[in-house]
Amino acid sequence: MTSVTLVRRIRARPAIVFDALTTADGIAQWWGPDAGPVLLAEMEARVGGRFRVRFRLLDGSEHESGGEILEFARPKRLAMSWRWLAGGDDPGESVLSFDLREVDEGTELTLTHARLDSEEARQSHEHGWSGALDKLEKMFG
Amino acid sequence: MRGREEHLNRTFAALTDPTRRAILARLEREPGLSVGELARPLSPLKLPGIMKHLDVLEGAGLIARKKSGRTVAVSLKADPMEDAMAWLARYERFWSRSLDRLAVLAEAKEARLRESER
Repeated sequence: MTSVTLVRRIRARPAIVFDALTTADGIAQWWGPDAGPVLLAEMEARVGGRFRVRFRLLDGSEHESGGEILEFARPKRLAMSWRWLAGGDDPGESVLSFDLREVDEGTELTLTHARLDSEEARQSHEHGWSGALDKLEKMFG
Repeated sequence: MRGREEHLNRTFAALTDPTRRAILARLEREPGLSVGELARPLSPLKLPGIMKHLDVLEGAGLIARKKSGRTVAVSLKADPMEDAMAWLARYERFWSRSLDRLAVLAEAKEARLRESER
């Protein structure tokens, strides 16, 4: 299985989390791997709609990804196809999904990014085997 | 590019099985173990089961088997693993940091909403 899964507990009700995920306003405030700004965020909030997000990293490089909304079920589930439109060297399409479950303190959010294509591994290969296996246990375990 | 993707998929498929990960972890600690030595502590898995796992791991390019006399020594090949890890690490980092900020944003909104509902 080629995928990354992350689970977070958030002290906010599912509707609030869902809206942060699906509105241009919301996306602009959290999307991206570092504190660089989101330059453009578009999301057509319906199945078949498009999304597009462009952001700049702190190193000055700009990246843009986009795709189509595959599932839109407020406030429980969101799924979209994903492709790098600029600045990513990942050539293929993948699927990004968010599942929201109501829990006592708010929302349990599960993110899955699946069927991602390979790309040039830009990270240094400094992981030793043991570190790599520990990490895998966390991801698959 | 296609070939590379298939290669990565095979690596990931090989890594989803806990027994195979246990085999890899063991080989990291004790490189060059024989197949028999590998099978011993992993009971109730019998030798054929181990052989099957080793086939999958070898097919994914994660291990190499070298025959010397009557024993077969097994060792790790790190390249595909490092490749897969670099890939996973990159996307994990992307989403982990994004979700950190998403949580802060949503929690602030929740707090404001509760304030106004009071």
